[in-house]
Amino acid sequence: MADDVLLRAQGVRKSFGAVEVLKGIDLEVRQGQVVSLIGASGSGKTTFLRCVNLLEEHDGGEILLDGDPVGYRVEGGRRRRLSETAISAQRARIGMVFQQFNLFPHLTAEENVMLGLTKVLNKPKAEAREIATHWLGRVGLAERRGHYPYQLSGGQQQRVAIARAVAMEPRLLLFDEVTSALDPELVSEVLGVMQGLAESGMTMLVVSHEMLFVREVSHHVVFMDQGRVAQAGTPEAVFGNPESERLRSFLGRFHGMFGMV
Amino acid sequence: MIDYNFDWSVITRNWDRFLEALALGLGLAVVSLLIGCVIGLAAAYARVSGNKWLSGPVWAYVEVIRCTPLLLLIFFIYFGLPEFGIYFMDKTQSFVLTLSLYAGAYMSEVFRAGLSSIPRQYVEAAKAIGMRPWQRQRWVVLPVMFRITLPSIGNNLISLFKDTSLAAAIAIPELTFVARQINANTFRVMEVWLTASALYLATAWLLATLLRQVERRYATIR
Amino acid sequence: MLDFSFVPGTFWFEAWQARFSLLSGIWVTMSASALTILFATILGVAVGTALAYGWWWLRLLARLYVDFMRGIPVLVLILFTYYGLALFGINVPAYWAGVIALSAFATAHIGETLRGAVESVPMGQMEAGKAIGLRFLQRLRYVILPQALRRMLPPWVNTGLEVVKGTTLLSIIGVVELLLTNQQIVARNYLIVDFYLFAGLLYLMINASIAALGARLERRFSYLRY
Repeated sequence: MADDVLLRAQGVRKSFGAVEVLKGIDLEVRQGQVVSLIGASGSGKTTFLRCVNLLEEHDGGEILLDGDPVGYRVEGGRRRRLSETAISAQRARIGMVFQQFNLFPHLTAEENVMLGLTKVLNKPKAEAREIATHWLGRVGLAERRGHYPYQLSGGQQQRVAIARAVAMEPRLLLFDEVTSALDPELVSEVLGVMQGLAESGMTMLVVSHEMLFVREVSHHVVFMDQGRVAQAGTPEAVFGNPESERLRSFLGRFHGMFGMV
Repeated sequence: MIDYNFDWSVITRNWDRFLEALALGLGLAVVSLLIGCVIGLAAAYARVSGNKWLSGPVWAYVEVIRCTPLLLLIFFIYFGLPEFGIYFMDKTQSFVLTLSLYAGAYMSEVFRAGLSSIPRQYVEAAKAIGMRPWQRQRWVVLPVMFRITLPSIGNNLISLFKDTSLAAAIAIPELTFVARQINANTFRVMEVWLTASALYLATAWLLATLLRQVERRYATIR
Repeated sequence: MLDFSFVPGTFWFEAWQARFSLLSGIWVTMSASALTILFATILGVAVGTALAYGWWWLRLLARLYVDFMRGIPVLVLILFTYYGLALFGINVPAYWAGVIALSAFATAHIGETLRGAVESVPMGQMEAGKAIGLRFLQRLRYVILPQALRRMLPPWVNTGLEVVKGTTLLSIIGVVELLLTNQQIVARNYLIVDFYLFAGLLYLMINASIAALGARLERRFSYLRY
């Protein structure tokens, strides 16, 4: 096992009732890498992301973060579910940005960023405020820090949500279709922030339909199809040499849009 | 129709008593609301817990209280509890206990609706930054629910304030009791009851206005 | 508590002794409730219509009435009516003073309910009624009210429950309804817990049947959707 593997998924399975959504996912994310998951809706990308952050529990296989299994420990060869406290601690090491932003509506932008810092990481208020100011500045919202979510545009809300996630200094950041709920003209401001993060060496696992962004920023691209990894590799390999008909037709949809491939 | 000569001196002479009685009623309502909120919150969590040994009895409590006339409840607790050897209460404590139990049933429904109306995503976002279960409740669910239910809490306060008039039935000197007493002593029916009505109306209106201010202050959820 | 032996001082004996007063108490409570709900429904429809469609001065008047009634306690309303009517030489029994006061109170609630229900019917319905040449009252009667009915039912049933509970307040002006009947019985035999529980059970039964009736009506009108 290479030392710099941060997240390793092996044979991850997940069913909702009778429907098997993940049919054995193998995937690796190395320190400092940006890995993108692409695929049609319903292919299981979002479910996989939610399993990594324990918003869903996977039924089989394993997900290791820094070598530790996520969500359970192995005791005498058997899996024991971790306590809520331990799970919370694991989640604090993984940041997540949601499609619908999910900012806390009763808190200002700054307070949204500060909440995890003060309550989860137990930082003093002053320090938390400093960190919040720093990150809100990095996403270009320094002067909006006193605004409530309803006073911000979708793009601004999503940038606050990113600041909230990064401020926790997670080992890994998950992005779940973070631009899908945005008006087209607001997409680029969010993608810009994500690109900046990638360049600063943040480890990121990204579910996205922004193919141009995926192609430009990712180190590794994973095409998922019907609950399986259908093809994975460098962006050049996946986009330049799609092996399956399904990937070809999936990518074909984006052809005209960006004049790519 | 007889000629009625208004004589407002009876009001001015007794003005202090009216105000004291009003303040007492308000105090009873506020204290009962506060205790009722605590009961209601616990009951609401029991209702949504999914544990039928918790939610069943709470459901029964809410339904029984809602179907029982408040006046009967007041008498039952005031006259009935001593039968069970509970003697320590004076009239006011007994009434506060009654009104709190009453408010608790109504507040539990308010909070239950509030809890179930909070989008799942807020909880997920709190999970994602690593908050533990009680932290998620304390810093995300409760504050959001408080803001959502604020108008209902306010309406309940006004209702409870009006309900304090029933304390007159066990001779607690709140506004209705005092008005009735002055009425009996002076026979200035119109003056007394117009004044009492006006005081209730004005207080209810004042409370409503105040609560709207508070709501505006917390109006961050759209 | 519930001792099944049938001698003086036991609940069943005392209840049997007092059976006629109990029946009379139940009758007074039920008739006062029924009359109040009847009056308040008729007047409430008028007040609600005035609130929704009245000329501005009528709307204002109705609004003042509703807010006044909802701002003061029912008990004050009852006492005011009881003492006030006598003052003007109108000598009505306490029972009727109580029914009048309760009706005035319930009218306000039903009026407000009706306004909300009527205003939730889409504007187009009124216009469609105009377009086929119905007069105002016809539009109301045949188009708007049937559609508002379903939305009105739950709060209307709720007002009914409030009225039944509200009749206990008539005991304070001396109407011997169910609660006062029980108090009088308790004063004789000191079976405080037994008879208050018994009274509570009776109210529970009355209210449960009203709620069940409401649920049935709701199912009956469940075809009204929009």
